[in-house]
Amino acid sequence: MSSYDHAPIVEMRDIEKHFGPVIALNGVSFDIRPGECHCLLGDNGAGKSTFIKTMAGVHKPTRGEILFEGKHMDFSSPRDAMEAGIATVYQDLAMIPLMSVTRNFWMGREPIKRVGPFKFMDFKTANDVTMHEMRKMGINLRSPDQAVGTLSGGERQTVAIARAVYFGAKVLILDEPTSALGVRQTANVLSTIDKVRKTGIGIVFITHNVRHALAVGDRFTVLNRGKTLGTAQRGQITPEELQDLMAGGQEMVALEGSLGGTV
Amino acid sequence: MSSSGAAIDERIKQTSGLRKALIRPELGAIVGTIAVFAFFIIFAGDSGMFNAQGVLNWSTVSAQFVIIAVGACMLMIAGEFDLSVGSMIGFAGMSIAIFSVTLGWPVWMAILLTFAICIAIGAVNGVIVVRTGLPSFIVTLAFLFILRGFTIFFPQLIERRTIIGGISERAVGDWLAPVFGGKVGGPIFDWLASQGLIAVFERGTRAGEPIVNGIPMLIVWALGLMIVAHIVLTRTRFGNWVFAAGGDAQAARYVGVPVARVKILMFMFTAFCATVFATCQVMEFGSAGADRGLLKEFEAIIAVVIGGALLTGGYGSVIGAALGALIFGVVQQGLFFAGVESSLFRVFLGVILLFAVILNTYIRRIITGER
Ligand SMILES: Nc1ncnc2c1ncn2[C@@H]1O[C@H](COP(=O)(O)OP(=O)(O)OP(=O)(O)O)[C@@H](O)[C@H]1O
Ligand SMILES: [Mg+2]
Repeated sequence: MSSYDHAPIVEMRDIEKHFGPVIALNGVSFDIRPGECHCLLGDNGAGKSTFIKTMAGVHKPTRGEILFEGKHMDFSSPRDAMEAGIATVYQDLAMIPLMSVTRNFWMGREPIKRVGPFKFMDFKTANDVTMHEMRKMGINLRSPDQAVGTLSGGERQTVAIARAVYFGAKVLILDEPTSALGVRQTANVLSTIDKVRKTGIGIVFITHNVRHALAVGDRFTVLNRGKTLGTAQRGQITPEELQDLMAGGQEMVALEGSLGGTV
Repeated sequence: MSSSGAAIDERIKQTSGLRKALIRPELGAIVGTIAVFAFFIIFAGDSGMFNAQGVLNWSTVSAQFVIIAVGACMLMIAGEFDLSVGSMIGFAGMSIAIFSVTLGWPVWMAILLTFAICIAIGAVNGVIVVRTGLPSFIVTLAFLFILRGFTIFFPQLIERRTIIGGISERAVGDWLAPVFGGKVGGPIFDWLASQGLIAVFERGTRAGEPIVNGIPMLIVWALGLMIVAHIVLTRTRFGNWVFAAGGDAQAARYVGVPVARVKILMFMFTAFCATVFATCQVMEFGSAGADRGLLKEFEAIIAVVIGGALLTGGYGSVIGAALGALIFGVVQQGLFFAGVESSLFRVFLGVILLFAVILNTYIRRIITGER
């Protein structure tokens, strides 16, 4: 893979994160290179969301180091991380359903048009760019005024991804973008991930679903109870091995026996 | 991917023009305004409600509602409430009276100081809500009592009464007082009267002068606040932040919207509006009373809800809220002109509030696709 010739964009070294007595992360190392899709797998509560929130400047790590393009970084807010080029599409709240696609797309970075001493939001530019960027991702909006609430789950994810790409993300973090989606919508999001990767952006793709990960992933890191169980390259690991790692081994083997290998 | 494009094209037909018109926040208020005017033109058309003086009468009452509704609307869209608006009105009026009459300071100084104090109290409301994460309902309910208590306590302590008069005399020649208590457009009304278009006084010291001799500054403030707030909300970056803060504060924070600042500013703006209301009222009556502004917070919230805003935040319209306020003013004064028992106004309020909330819930479902 050509992407391994590149230096990592973000490198996370021995990250620990404690919430009071809870140790959510206990020494996790991870890196992401341009143009690759690095999948982060793990069971519920493994610490995936906590980990990427640390990368995105939402949480400060209790211990450990974050390198951005080789330099030590200390993000004090999501805004800092965003400015640097780390964009995140969160699991729970990517969009505001009552607001229009355009208003959501530009939220926090509204284009400005000056009229005398006054600054207005430039809706013409905003609408045109939104429609164009969404079309590039394969979604034809009825109108840029359409409320995000009327979009399907997959389309919402795509708006969020298109937004991140448009604003010059170098690393795009997707927290379970496919968890609530049906087959078709999942396929759409996975193909969007593929499109974005080809533009040279590094993607961190979080999922529970081994098949989704294997469909687009170049590397796979499994988290379990706040620790990494290792990183594997595409082709070096079988779906079964990955599945086992995620479930922490033994129990899964037992379960698979009783279910006849359908999980 | 091309198939998804086709799928979306099919859906265009499903959105009829009617449905599209329905999902405007102002719709209910526009329909309500038309209905209310039609009603009173039919039932009170010849009662003087629609001559110059009658129009001025209900416009003034409506303008009062508009001023506080605009503040409440912006705050509600930002996802918060302020139940202390009514107490703030009483407090601000009393503050002006104490500074100017009791302490004898210039009226302009009393007004500016009162604005500073009230906006600061608004900021305190906001900071407490943002810092503690408590519902603004509770925090501002506390201020409803705190401010009302002080409004009764201070004048009793200092003057041994709860109404302080004599502000009109103190305001004579003051440069700032006319901004709240004055009238504009006098010459236009003189001209209209000379053309016989509006009535003039027949007798008394003002014989020959037009009955309506200008537009009160109260109405100018109402229109000004409405226009500025509407433009800020719909056409600026800050307006987008207001919607975002109320729509989903966490999502907004993640993309770098300064949610705390937006909310605190909206609390301050609401306090500003309440103080404008109080100052205009004090200048008009020439006195401040400890019971002024009672229940105004609820009337403001009802006007905003009639205007199509969602109680949960993130959605609404300043124009809608202003129309809600107009409906209020017209109905309250219209019942008077029509000779109907005024207590029925409360019944009307309750009924229309219910209708508005039900309509809004329906609209919300359409927008968010909830079932
Ligand atoms: N703000 C917080 N305060 C306290 N504990 C937290 C906090 N955030 C996360 N945790 C704890 O850290 C652990 C890891 O949570 P995290 O959300 O990162 O899991 P996850 O891998 O994303 O799970 P899922 O697949 O369900 O999204 C959990 O035990 C959780 O309870
Ligand atoms: Mg998670």
